Amino acid sequence: MKVLIAGGRVVDPGHWNGVADVLIEGGKISAVEPNLQEKFQKVKALKMIDAKGLLVCPGFVDLHVHFREPGFEYKETIATGSAAAVAGGFTSVCCMPNTQPVNDSRSITEFILAQAAAARKARVFPIGAITKGSKGEELAEIGELVDAGCVAVSDDGVPVMNSLVMRRAMEYASAFHLPVIDHCEDSMLSRGGSMHEGAVSTELGIPGIPKAAEEVMVARNIALAELTGARLHLPHVSTVGSVRMVREAKARGIPVTAEACPHHFSLTDEAVRSYDANAKMNPPLRTDEDVQAIRGGLRDNTIDIVATDHAPHAVQEKQLEFDAAPFGIIGLETAFPLTLNLVEEGILSLAQAIDKLTREPAQVFGLPYGTLVPGVAADVTLIDPNATWVVDTARLHSLSRNTPFAGWTMKGKVVKTFVGGNVVYDRDEQ
Amino acid sequence: MSFKRKDLLGLGSLSPEEMALILEAAEPFKEVSGREIKKVPALRGKTVVNLFFEPSTRTRTSFELAAKRLSADVVNFSPSSSSVVKGETLLDTARNIEFMQADILVLRHSSAGAAEILAKNSRMSVINAGDGWHEHPTQALSDLLTIQEKKGQVRGLHVAIVGDVAHSRVARSNIHALTKMGAHVRVVGPPTMMPLFLHRLGVQVYHDFDKAIAGVDVVIMLRLQLERQGRSLFPSIREYARLYGLTFERVQRAAKDVLVMHPGPVNRGVEIAHDVVDGGSAVILDQVANGVAVRMGLMYLLSQRN
Repeated sequence: MKVLIAGGRVVDPGHWNGVADVLIEGGKISAVEPNLQEKFQKVKALKMIDAKGLLVCPGFVDLHVHFREPGFEYKETIATGSAAAVAGGFTSVCCMPNTQPVNDSRSITEFILAQAAAARKARVFPIGAITKGSKGEELAEIGELVDAGCVAVSDDGVPVMNSLVMRRAMEYASAFHLPVIDHCEDSMLSRGGSMHEGAVSTELGIPGIPKAAEEVMVARNIALAELTGARLHLPHVSTVGSVRMVREAKARGIPVTAEACPHHFSLTDEAVRSYDANAKMNPPLRTDEDVQAIRGGLRDNTIDIVATDHAPHAVQEKQLEFDAAPFGIIGLETAFPLTLNLVEEGILSLAQAIDKLTREPAQVFGLPYGTLVPGVAADVTLIDPNATWVVDTARLHSLSRNTPFAGWTMKGKVVKTFVGGNVVYDRDEQ
Repeated sequence: MSFKRKDLLGLGSLSPEEMALILEAAEPFKEVSGREIKKVPALRGKTVVNLFFEPSTRTRTSFELAAKRLSADVVNFSPSSSSVVKGETLLDTARNIEFMQADILVLRHSSAGAAEILAKNSRMSVINAGDGWHEHPTQALSDLLTIQEKKGQVRGLHVAIVGDVAHSRVARSNIHALTKMGAHVRVVGPPTMMPLFLHRLGVQVYHDFDKAIAGVDVVIMLRLQLERQGRSLFPSIREYARLYGLTFERVQRAAKDVLVMHPGPVNRGVEIAHDVVDGGSAVILDQVANGVAVRMGLMYLLSQRN
């Protein structure tokens, strides 16, 4: 069975940026060329998809999601998370190990992969724990995790406070060329905090998390990456200082990559004023100065990629008092339009924005996706860049509803998502 | 002008006129508390629930007396712990109370914003009786009434607020109340107790008490939370008392007719010396008396809504 995606504007970072047809054969990209349509007009076993006016991109790759299974299936399962992913145009997602039990073993990794295969939506790549139980003490069996299919290690949510343990983890992981991700937060500096420490927290009386809590650990991790030569990936960079340090580290040739989340370049701590826990995440929403720095970092490629930190929590958990509610928001279904805003505002070119959702993240973890080069699996996302829609939490595919963007009008809607040549999301069938 | 709000959540969002209205409403009720029969029928048939998630004797008692003197039916509800520990959410607890047809809910809670979250989701009038480090509006209104009575007006006065401002809801409410009413406010304490960007609230920040107290008309001392020792906010109670305790000598540096205030309970010999508590400048007990009147006035205004 052949599929021809005809007449769309193909944005395949580094390879193609313009109107072309995309031919899929046997679940793989077979050709990307203009006017393929004419050549194939007489072929019978061909499904033609009219993509006029649409963007045709590689399926998006998200290096940072929380799918809550095993352990917290009431928040999200691998099946519901994957459905949210493909609805948001993501065909590959990497899930953090802070499940219950923590993914620090082959059996959990294999369970996640099995659930993902059964869901038949997005590709799911587990991230293994750095330390046993993510306790920050002893290294997890990283070799076995890699063998079972983990693509990186992290104790996400729980920073590795012991610098010696972090050093050893980086050294050990470098034997497998494995990226090491550390949630940068000095847990002593951030203790008790629920939002950014600044003018707004002072007014609201909410205990704050200072920027320094992140920056101290960004500095430490960069120093350790320099020492060990390990591949360091910094998740959800949220402050001016972090952006500056990453920029400087890259200039010195230290192997570090960084990600930014859409909420960190779209919102400030002003969003917390109503005490709505849907504006509570970690790292917290910062100030306008930080938002501008993150946008600048994305623009000059100091920040390599956009990742969602999709973190589902149940309604009753987010209805709690602000300090009692858990950190985190969902993001898979709003990430693309929020990133497209940066294009509308002239901060990124369209190709650059797509790059940060596709080729760049795939390269950071060494995944053979995020591109439409002939021969790769046909993971393709079709987008109507001009369609506007209102975020209605009742219509999201995630099991959870915790987003600060409820009620926002978004521009840019995913129309169809293919994984391995199969349609896994179709707006018209919703 | 009438008071249009359903709730009183904080003074940060109140206009000076609205604050003045509450103080005006409080004035006549002062006389009621002085009568032999301390009761008026203003809230007869209304139900007031005091929902206190934090231990409090004086604030709860003050609200209870205020409601009773207005002839309301009062119920004290003091769950031993907050929702996380207890398993029932704050909203569910409040909904239960709402469906028992309470009219006014007085909430004390350790989380900033708890009263606001509840007010948004309830038909009842919600009075914030202290939410985390955020606000304690009725305390600041009592202080405002006390200053107004003793000084004639608040506008133009120099007021020092001394102590752990970072962790104090009383400080935040007082800063809003005093700056909105036209006072010049300075806050005093070690940098560890001054939250970031405090000056944006319209106050001057001092770390030297002797300098800060020079010539002020009012000194508001904050209670030192003794249990905070050991969290690196201050090295010892001894040093704190030496640098930031209000002694008789320091009082002499203030204006001659300075008012010394404290929201209570007082740590004698820590943030305030024994002889200052009992001295002629202290109006700490007037604050307590005015607290009942302000709460009566406020509940009266809220019940007049509709």
